[in-house]
Amino acid sequence: MTGCEKFSFRLYVAGDAWNSAQAVSNLGAVCREHLAGRHTIEVVDVFREPQRALADGIFMTPTLIKLAPLPAPVQVVGSLSQRLPLMQALGLQGVPE
Amino acid sequence: MNASHPSNTDNAVPGAPEKAPTGIAGFDHITGGGLPRGRTTLLLGGPGSGKTVFALEFLVHGARSFEEPGIFVAFEERSTRILANAHSFGWNLPELQRERLSFVDAQPVSDLVQSGSFDLNGMLAALQAMIESTGARRIVFDALDIVLALLADPAARRAETYRLHGWLLAHELTAVITAKAFGDDVFLMGQESFGFMQFMVDCAVILNHKVVLGVSQRNLRVQKYRGTNFDENELPFLIGKDGFEVSVAHPLERGSLTVSKERVSSGLERLDTMLGGGYYRGVSALITGSPGTAKTTLVGLFAQAACQRGERTLFVSFSSDPNEVIRDLASVGIRLARYVKNGHLRMVSARAISGSAELYLAHIMSLAKEHKARCLVIDPVSTWSSQSGTHLSAHRISERLINWSKVEGITLLCSCLVDERTVPSEDSTFRQISTLADTWIHLSYLVQSGERNRALSIIKSRGTAHSNQVRELILSNKGVTLADTYSAGGEVLMGTLRWQKEGAERAAAETAEVARKVKRVRLDAEEAELEVRLRALGVELKAKKTEKALLMRATATRRGETSRKRTRMEVLRGADVAEDKDGDRQ
Repeated sequence: MTGCEKFSFRLYVAGDAWNSAQAVSNLGAVCREHLAGRHTIEVVDVFREPQRALADGIFMTPTLIKLAPLPAPVQVVGSLSQRLPLMQALGLQGVPE
Repeated sequence: MNASHPSNTDNAVPGAPEKAPTGIAGFDHITGGGLPRGRTTLLLGGPGSGKTVFALEFLVHGARSFEEPGIFVAFEERSTRILANAHSFGWNLPELQRERLSFVDAQPVSDLVQSGSFDLNGMLAALQAMIESTGARRIVFDALDIVLALLADPAARRAETYRLHGWLLAHELTAVITAKAFGDDVFLMGQESFGFMQFMVDCAVILNHKVVLGVSQRNLRVQKYRGTNFDENELPFLIGKDGFEVSVAHPLERGSLTVSKERVSSGLERLDTMLGGGYYRGVSALITGSPGTAKTTLVGLFAQAACQRGERTLFVSFSSDPNEVIRDLASVGIRLARYVKNGHLRMVSARAISGSAELYLAHIMSLAKEHKARCLVIDPVSTWSSQSGTHLSAHRISERLINWSKVEGITLLCSCLVDERTVPSEDSTFRQISTLADTWIHLSYLVQSGERNRALSIIKSRGTAHSNQVRELILSNKGVTLADTYSAGGEVLMGTLRWQKEGAERAAAETAEVARKVKRVRLDAEEAELEVRLRALGVELKAKKTEKALLMRATATRRGETSRKRTRMEVLRGADVAEDKDGDRQ
C-alpha cells in the first residue's frame, strides 16, 4: 500500500432513499479519511439512468463499484455503514487511521 | 411506494377479477381462468417441486397466446441454464426470446461484499426501464428468497417485499413470485421470512413433491385466491413433455357429457344377451375376479370385437408383455395379432412405464390420444393402483381415468384382481372403481366335487336390463362360451356335475319320449277298436230300428183290422159302445 494509487468509484443510488443517502455520506467520510486527494466518485441514480444499472447488473441499491485501482472491480452492497468489510473489500486494511 | 392500487379501483366494478390464463393444463380450470390479472401470485414449493417450470410456462403462454411480453427475473439459476433446462418442453424459447420474452440475471455475485443495509430500488428501476421498452405485462421473480435472505432482518425483508408488491400493483403487472418452502407446512417457513407474503398477495399456490411408500408424488394446492372460487383440494400434477400439467378430477362441466345409447359388443354373444345387447358406448366396465378366472380372456374378447368393428383400440397390460398376451389369448381362439398388424390395435406393456401412478395415467391418456382410441382396455387396473402409493391417490386416479374416458367418449374396460379372501370393501381402489363403473361383471371359481369351474355373473349394469343368473364360463381352444348352470337342491352345478346332470336329463327325456310313443300307439289301437265297435253297434241299432218299425206297422195294420172287424161285429150284434180292450189284447 504505497498510498499514491488513484481510486475511482461508481456509486449507484436510488434517488434520495435513506440507504443511498447514507452510502453517499459514508463513502465520503472514508475517502476523506483515507484517500484524500486521490479519489473520484461518480454517483449514478438508478431512477434517472436505469439502463446503466441494467448494464452493470445492479439490482440492490446502494451498490458501490470500485473501478480502480485494478485488479478486479469490487462491488459492495449496502449503506456502507459497516466499516470493516468495506475497508477489506477496498483493500484499505492496514492503512493507519 | 407511490402505488395507489390502480388495479383495485379499475376493477371495482362488480364481477370476478380478471384472469390471466397460464396455459397450464388443469390449473386454469381449477382457478376459473388463471392467475389474477394485474395482481401478484406467490408460488411456494420445496426444491425440485416445479416452481420454475410453472412460472416459465405462465410467461411463455402469455407471450405466445396473448402477445403479452414477459420478463423473467432469475435470482437463483442463470437464465442460460433455465433456457437449457426448458429446451425439452418444445416451447421454442429462443424465438420467443427475440420477440416478447426477456430474461434478467439477478443472481447475487458470489463474492458479494455487504456493508450495511440496502434495498431493491436498483432492480425496480432497471425493470421499469425494461418494461417501458418491452411493454411487458407479465413478470416472474424466480427464487425471491435468495435476495431476501441477504437482507439483515425480518423488518427489512418485509419492507422490501412490500416495496416490490406496491411496485407491481402500480404497474398493473401480472406477477408470479416463487420462493422456497420446506415440508408440508408452509407456515414453518413463514416464521423465517415471508409468511406475511402469503397474506399480502392475492393468490398463493403451494407445490409439493413427496415420496410416499417409495413412489414420487407431486401435488399442487391453491392456498388462497382473493375474489374467486377455486378448487381447494391438493391436486396431483406432473411435469410432462409439454410442461406442467395439473390433474383435474372433474374436467367436465355438468351436463356437457354426451350420452350414447349405442351398444358395443362384449365380444361374447351370450354375455351381450345377458347385458341386454352389450355395453353402452362410452361406459366404463369392470371385470373383477381372483387370479386365473379369465379376466384377461374377457377383456381380450372385447378388444377383438372392437377391432372387428374397425374401432381403434388401446390395450394396456400391466401383467404381461404384449406378445405374451397375444400368444395366451390365441390359445382360446382370440386372435389379436392381425389387428396389431393392421394398426387397429395397439398393445402396450405398462411395465415399460416407471414412476408414479400419475405418470401412468398421463402416459395412458397420451397414448390413447395418439392412437385415437375409441376403446381402451386396462388389464389389470389393480396392479397400477397398488403401485401408486396411497389408497387416496389410487382412488383419485381411478376416478380421473373414468371421468376422462367418459369425456372422450372412450369405452373403457378394466379388469381388477380381487382376492376372494379379502373383503372387497377394504380395498379402496376396487371400491372406488366398482362404484364408478357402469357395468360390473364378476368372475369367480366354484369349487365342487374336486373341480374348479369359472362362474360369471353381472353384479350391476346401469341403465340396462340384465340377467341375474350365474353362468358358467367355458374356455376351450375353439373359443369362449357361456353355459347355463343347473341348480339342484339349492346348489349350482358346474363342470362335470353339470355335464352329469345334463346327461341324466337327456336320458330321462329319452325314456319319457319312448313311453309317450308307446302310450300313443296303445291309445291309437284302443281308439280304432272302439271305432270298429261303434260301427258294428250302429249297424245293429239300425237293424233293430228297422225291425221295430216293421213291427209297429204290422201291429197298426192288425189293430185296424181288428177294430174294423169288431165294429162290424158290433154293428152286426147291435151292441152298445163298449170299452176298448185292444190294448189288453195286444
